[in-house]
Amino acid sequence: MIINHPLLGPRDSQEFVYLGDANLIDRPDWAAEGAVDTFHDYLYQRTNPAGLHQELWFHEQGDRSWLVVTRNTLTHEITKVELARDVARARGRSK
Amino acid sequence: MSQKNRLSGGQLNRSKPLNFTFDGATYQGYEGDTLASALLANGVRLMGRSFKYHRPRGPISSGSEEPNAIVELRQGARQEPNTRATIAELFEGLSAKSQNHVGSLKFDFLAINDRLSSFFAAGFYYKTFMWPKAFWEKLYEPMIRRAAGLGSLSMQDDPDAYDKGFLHCDLLVIGAGPSGLAAALTAARSGARVILADEDFTPGGRLNSETFTLGDASGADWAKSAIAELSSLPNVRILTRTVVIGSFDHGIYGALERVSDHIATPASGKPRQILWRIYSQRAVLAAGATERPIAFKNNDRPGVMLAGAMRAYANRWAATPGQTVAVFTNNDDGLRTASDLLAKGVKISAVIDSRADGPAFQGAEHLRGAVVTDAHGRLGLSSISVKLASGETRQITAEALGVSGGWNPNVHLTCHQRGLPVWNADLAAFVPGTLPVGMVVAGAANGRLSTAGALASGAEAAAEALEGLGLTVKSADLPQAEDAPVRVTPLWYVPHKGRAWLDQQNDVTVKDVKLAHQEGFRSVEHLKRYTTMGMATDQGKTSNISGLAVMAEMTGKSIPETGTTIYRPPYTPVPIAAFAGRSAGADFRPKRLTPSHKWAAEQGAVFVEVGMWLRAQWFPKAGETTWRQSVDREVLATRGSVGICDVTTLGKIDVQGPDAAEFLNRIYCNPFAKLGIGKVRYGLMLREDGIAMDDGTTARLAEDHFVTTTTTANAVGVYRHMEFARQCLWPDLDVQIISTTEAWAQFSVAGPNARKLLQKIVDPEFDISNEAFPYMGCGEITVCGGLRARLFRISFSGELAYEIAVPTRYGDGLVRAMMEAGREFNALVYGTEALGVMRIEKGHAAGNELNGTTSALNLGMAGMVNKKKDSIGSTLSEREGMNREGAYNLVGFQPVDATKPLLGGMHFINQGAPADAKNDQGYMTSVAFSPSLGHSIGLGYLKDGAARKGETLRAVNPLAGEETLVKVVSAHFVDPEGERLRG
Repeated sequence: MIINHPLLGPRDSQEFVYLGDANLIDRPDWAAEGAVDTFHDYLYQRTNPAGLHQELWFHEQGDRSWLVVTRNTLTHEITKVELARDVARARGRSK
Repeated sequence: MSQKNRLSGGQLNRSKPLNFTFDGATYQGYEGDTLASALLANGVRLMGRSFKYHRPRGPISSGSEEPNAIVELRQGARQEPNTRATIAELFEGLSAKSQNHVGSLKFDFLAINDRLSSFFAAGFYYKTFMWPKAFWEKLYEPMIRRAAGLGSLSMQDDPDAYDKGFLHCDLLVIGAGPSGLAAALTAARSGARVILADEDFTPGGRLNSETFTLGDASGADWAKSAIAELSSLPNVRILTRTVVIGSFDHGIYGALERVSDHIATPASGKPRQILWRIYSQRAVLAAGATERPIAFKNNDRPGVMLAGAMRAYANRWAATPGQTVAVFTNNDDGLRTASDLLAKGVKISAVIDSRADGPAFQGAEHLRGAVVTDAHGRLGLSSISVKLASGETRQITAEALGVSGGWNPNVHLTCHQRGLPVWNADLAAFVPGTLPVGMVVAGAANGRLSTAGALASGAEAAAEALEGLGLTVKSADLPQAEDAPVRVTPLWYVPHKGRAWLDQQNDVTVKDVKLAHQEGFRSVEHLKRYTTMGMATDQGKTSNISGLAVMAEMTGKSIPETGTTIYRPPYTPVPIAAFAGRSAGADFRPKRLTPSHKWAAEQGAVFVEVGMWLRAQWFPKAGETTWRQSVDREVLATRGSVGICDVTTLGKIDVQGPDAAEFLNRIYCNPFAKLGIGKVRYGLMLREDGIAMDDGTTARLAEDHFVTTTTTANAVGVYRHMEFARQCLWPDLDVQIISTTEAWAQFSVAGPNARKLLQKIVDPEFDISNEAFPYMGCGEITVCGGLRARLFRISFSGELAYEIAVPTRYGDGLVRAMMEAGREFNALVYGTEALGVMRIEKGHAAGNELNGTTSALNLGMAGMVNKKKDSIGSTLSEREGMNREGAYNLVGFQPVDATKPLLGGMHFINQGAPADAKNDQGYMTSVAFSPSLGHSIGLGYLKDGAARKGETLRAVNPLAGEETLVKVVSAHFVDPEGERLRG
């Protein structure tokens, strides 16, 4: 597979390490009520879409960027590649 | 026997005769021959034995689809089994051997299997060898193992190099037949970057094997001129002897180039083969088509072959498998074989056309509406039985029979990404269906079987591909060529009581398919696995469709309703050596050496692989006969005076920025925000699920500068995890991290004389007395007269200890300087074994304890998980399930009988209870002989262990029937109060 890195252009997927569902960005608030349950769901509950899937890839043999790759699990077509940091900020994460 | 079946003409270099041997006999062929063509020219039809029944077999094809003529090439270390004689290029001195026989090729003792064939029908494994049960392991399996497998290995190291390469192009053209050449010319003239790959050593595909003309030129000459033009263009790369083996995601193709298979030994510096990874914007698949046989009784006799192959041998290689041949066809193309061989002066005894209404044929007896029902001649065809349209049977003399059942487009690469081919009734064949993104199919591979159709579709395919890339296409100037329609009346097999062969390599007959149907294996995938059809090295290129057709007939469904098997990479077999490339032997993976490696090697160290690192395990001294003697000495000398150990392999991560402290506070479960400058703290890192991930020390060198260490094994994973937290969880924390593992050489200096030794090294302006530089202190210093260094007062051994770091290039110098300075203290360097013994004596957890299943609570560090801050893993470590009564605690163990050894992995059982899983109390994680205490000690997890000190338990190893009584003790065997490390 080829991942079109937003900073470096097309790179072979063998330069990357796969982590999993990009919902790992959405780490819950530890101080909120019922945090144990929300953390449990955050860590273990996954949708398993037959189609578009947002997932985290790490450019380990490259610039060490974490990326959010939108990939079709049926065709392996990659429709979008973003810096995970930008996605995280867009989802409201900061400090 | 001198080339008695050699014809005139052909594309051979007759001025260059080549000598070769087959099964010890010497023959001669010409440059341009394959092993198969040269053997046929020499009158040799028998080239191998079949897999299961050991039936005598000869080549049925002239290409890579060959199921029968599978031979061993070369001798000695270069001996290579299971190669196809049909594509093995002849070279001077080639030595080839037939395979799969006990005794000689002509008198194979295992041919008895053929007589016993009723015991070896489809699924015989599951039937014949079922009873008695006890016979399986002792008798049947060893017997089958001995008989199974083709060819043999030299058992020597392969002396040749194999490379991996990467190529990029706008257009990859797969196949250099008429359609591929037309596509490549179109694209090349339009300025695209083109790669043209063909598995043959002479590009041209069927153009080299046919008598057609293209314009005024012969097919072969036109191909030659096309290749000449392409070779002259800077934007074209031609890869001959290169088979494209797979189509992968996003336009990536794999290809195997046989760089040196056609010469005796590779030229100096050249690899034997190259495995290419080709990145293409677009690809044109011009892989051609494969002819299929018609099955009939004994259709596997040597001399029975595909009609197109027979024609190729005659036209290209000037060889015929016999002086008198017959042709059996169900389509017009088969008739060409008869004409071409007639033109070459070969006698045609009959042309048998299964169609009553087929076109007339002049020049030989033409039997329309007839079929071949049997073939005679065990080691080579002598005659055939033909059932005439009248119903009468006739015996016809033939040393060879060309059979044509029609042509199957080579759709394989279109299927590699789950594309399914579709049935074309006019061709009676599957054509490409859904295609991989970026692929266009041209020529015979797309069902365009005429030469004119192939040329036109090649040019069209290239134009379509290039337009997709936004390139302007110059129209190709294509020559006139034959454009005969495909006329075929499907005939898959001739019904008969005898055995008619479908898959000749795996010995699958029409009967076997019928049996599979009868026994309920009707899905194509089940049929394949039950009968093993299509599962040999040729992957059923000449048999799958026919087998499918027989199954379709049995089920009463159409062929497309019955299905098709999915083709997977590789298209043809690839040697494992090509996949390995240069990653073989000592170069299997990178080797990382510590800065003191050279010094350690000089001292005679025994090294151990730790991940990619080579670390000194111990340093044997004269007179020591066991490793234990060396390790015991190293431990006692360190605890008695001073020892040095290279700990460079520990991961080092530099953390900087205004938010560095806050970042570490969230990475580690224990607090770091208030760590003072010039101080070091132990940190426990949890995974988000609350399980311990790693541990190490973190030193604060400045307000905004920390150095964190990880275990050797987890250095990469911890860094990745920290980057994840930094970029994905807290993107606005102002913190930067980088791995500096390789940047610093780091040594542990431990023992009561550690400070005294270091004081001789550290420059005098730095005070490292106990008061100025206490336990868990750190600082940036200089050593040896101005060399910058870092000093950390931390201890893994439990002794007064430091870790000192200098830039890596000074590591070798530092170890030598320290050994010199330590001479008066009898300083020594200790290896990883002594390091391990001392950490067990001190009760420190390591990889065995941080094994991916244990929490802070298990490790006895529950108190470290700070509840007043957010850190990764802190929330889920509060889960009920991880805090139940009876949780494992890390404790120490010692044998009740001090002479007894302990064993890692032993399980604990209460005295009086049976040693079973229900009564399991925990397990031993680390053991060592403690020279300090004079007996074995262990660390392990025990249910409620913290409250059970003093208890006596059984430590059992049920696998080996071993058992030892152990006493539960504190994990801190040596200096439990920690007085030494603070001294």
